[in-house]
Amino acid sequence: MSTSRTAGRQYWVALRAMIVFTIVLGIAYTALITGIGQLAMPAQANGSMIKSGDAVVGSALIGQSFTDSDGNALPEWFQSRPSAAGDGYDAAASSGSNYGPENSDLLAAIAERQQAIAASDNVPISEIPADAVTASASGLDPHISPEYAQIQVARIAAVRDLPVDEVQHLVANATTPRDLGFLGEPVVNVLQLNIALAALGS
Amino acid sequence: MDTFFAIVQVATLVLFLVLIYRPLGDYMAHIYTSKHNLKAERGFYRMIGVNPDSEQTWRAYLRGVLAFSLIGVLILYGIQRLQAVLPYSLGMPAIPEGLSFNTAISFVTNTNWQSYSPDVTMGYSVQLAGLAVQNFVSAAVGIAVAIALVRGFAYRRSGTIGNFWVDLTRGTLRLLLPLSILTAIVLIAGGVIQNFNGFTDVTTITGGTQSIPGGPVASQEAIKMLGTNGGGFFNANSAHPFENPTAWTSLLQIVLMLAIPFSLPRTFGKMVGDNKQGYAILAVMSTIFVVSLSALSIFEKIGAGSAPQLAGAAMEGKEDRFGIFGSTLFGTASTLTSTGAVNSMHDSYTALGGMMPMLNMMLGEVAPGGVGSGLYGMLILAIIAVFIAGLLVGRTPEYLGKKLGPREIKLASIYILVTPTLVLAGTALSFAIPAVRDDVTSTSIWNSGLHGLSEVLYAFTSAANNNGSAFAGLTANTPWFNTALGAAMLLGRFVPMVLVLALAGSLAAQDKVPATAGTLPTHRPQFVGLLVAVTVVIVALTYFPAITLGPLAEGLK
Repeated sequence: MSTSRTAGRQYWVALRAMIVFTIVLGIAYTALITGIGQLAMPAQANGSMIKSGDAVVGSALIGQSFTDSDGNALPEWFQSRPSAAGDGYDAAASSGSNYGPENSDLLAAIAERQQAIAASDNVPISEIPADAVTASASGLDPHISPEYAQIQVARIAAVRDLPVDEVQHLVANATTPRDLGFLGEPVVNVLQLNIALAALGS
Repeated sequence: MDTFFAIVQVATLVLFLVLIYRPLGDYMAHIYTSKHNLKAERGFYRMIGVNPDSEQTWRAYLRGVLAFSLIGVLILYGIQRLQAVLPYSLGMPAIPEGLSFNTAISFVTNTNWQSYSPDVTMGYSVQLAGLAVQNFVSAAVGIAVAIALVRGFAYRRSGTIGNFWVDLTRGTLRLLLPLSILTAIVLIAGGVIQNFNGFTDVTTITGGTQSIPGGPVASQEAIKMLGTNGGGFFNANSAHPFENPTAWTSLLQIVLMLAIPFSLPRTFGKMVGDNKQGYAILAVMSTIFVVSLSALSIFEKIGAGSAPQLAGAAMEGKEDRFGIFGSTLFGTASTLTSTGAVNSMHDSYTALGGMMPMLNMMLGEVAPGGVGSGLYGMLILAIIAVFIAGLLVGRTPEYLGKKLGPREIKLASIYILVTPTLVLAGTALSFAIPAVRDDVTSTSIWNSGLHGLSEVLYAFTSAANNNGSAFAGLTANTPWFNTALGAAMLLGRFVPMVLVLALAGSLAAQDKVPATAGTLPTHRPQFVGLLVAVTVVIVALTYFPAITLGPLAEGLK
């Protein structure tokens, strides 16, 4: 038996093995998991979509921007974090900004965001939390920190002519504590919070 | 308070890993030593034409590894080029030649470097029939090679080191597939999607529109982490809420990355007949892990640098639900294994923080490293450590009863030179060739100045070590990077494997020499300390100049 023939045979074995693996691991495995997901947990498997009234308005897991078509913040909605996904919260183009810590564009953007929030929410820059002026990793972060929600409460109450307590109550309802009490950070889901606001208005 | 939660989180992780160390390690030892073939396996062996009872020489074993990987590259290349005619491609066109080449190598080498943005490049067919399949089998190949090396230590006067096709099949069918099925289901329960819906357009409450993606994500996510692959279904990888919706799914993903690499030392100890040897290796891996995790967490928490200082914290490129520590723990696990998944953007880390993932990879990914590759990398370093100790006391070095002669030391020495050569040469060439430098600086680099050098250094470190994470601002989908990083991934994976299998063959052929009073004990704290020192010193000497030009300069400015 010559070495070259043995070597040739290995390729033939490899090809057949890859074909079988593709069928088992690519197709059958994916089909099995999809079947289980769709039958047992369809809500999660299909993206945890949420409704406002009767209409599906997004996913509870995917952040959205609450801006006009020019990208200006709409003061009657709680604002999400800045986003580097497409033109902002483009769910088909997830992305971080990837700006390094000394990047001058990033420095300018942070300063500009701080000015805007200080003006709209009437707070000193020192009280603006970091997540309010930085883009998330995915560009689709559905959350803001409880601190960022807090500095927006007075604005929302004023614009919507609501008692501050009522807005506080909605924020509390949309706040999730750390998972299991110790994992991650407490967060406020912005879309869920704004849906609750919308329900109040109607 | 933050520190308290961080410590509880690490304690939970450690608890999980402690609980699975023995059962998973013993189970893997059983898989790779059992004489029994399952019925399905016997059918599979008949179908592919392999006799599972025949063992292979190291050369035949290596030919199997290389043939299987080459066929894997060709098939994956073909699937990508045919994307336009495959079902469920979401209307995406065929993937261009250069990118297909890079991606095929990337997934076959267990790197999962992604020069592309999957959201807009890869349809479902390529993802599941191409990329996910390699997620399984490239991981199984890595474990197989590590097991072959362990057999080298365990066998006496043997001409063979096992059968590659049997190791590949058992690793896939008995280990990776059942664990993936289990974890994919848990991930769906946590909110990871699993559907074929394509994009769903919704009208938002402000009257805008959002196009929400679908996809078979959970099935891919499970093996992406378990096989230390790391290639994301989406561009944002494990930062994307559909890949990693909550803090607890993130911890689960960290457990998945570390499960097999941290349990393999048990498999090693079991197979060489001395569990204490496994504990020693585990201790080395754990020590490096804890030190590295602490350093990164402290750097990010302090948040030095202009942008973090201005914003008030290093939250650029981090998700609120994970917070800073949830991000640094994930980043450390991902770069100390060969995973390369990210739940935060390393490019936006503080300068010294961004240096840590780079250093983790430069260590050769041995603490605990990729599935299989981590164990064989660490065993090579153990051989070097034993050799150095032997030089100090003037004795012929032995490890686990095997004499380490010139041939063994040569193989181990070449091994530790391969990746640094690829990293440093690749980075240097990117700036030394005038035409390439113009392209790199004008097209590829995103952050100018020192940080730009870090982006390129990170890319070659990641590729040559088969990690796959990135300073993702770098535009790598260019002819230079697709080709050079492709070559780095290929050589960084297979040259070490050739050396490891040659070493396995030469160790297996030896008889065992009995331990004497002069034999260096390799299960005591003294050896653990020596091995940690050897691992760190080799990296420090090799990479210090390059690190100085990039992240250190930026961090100390």
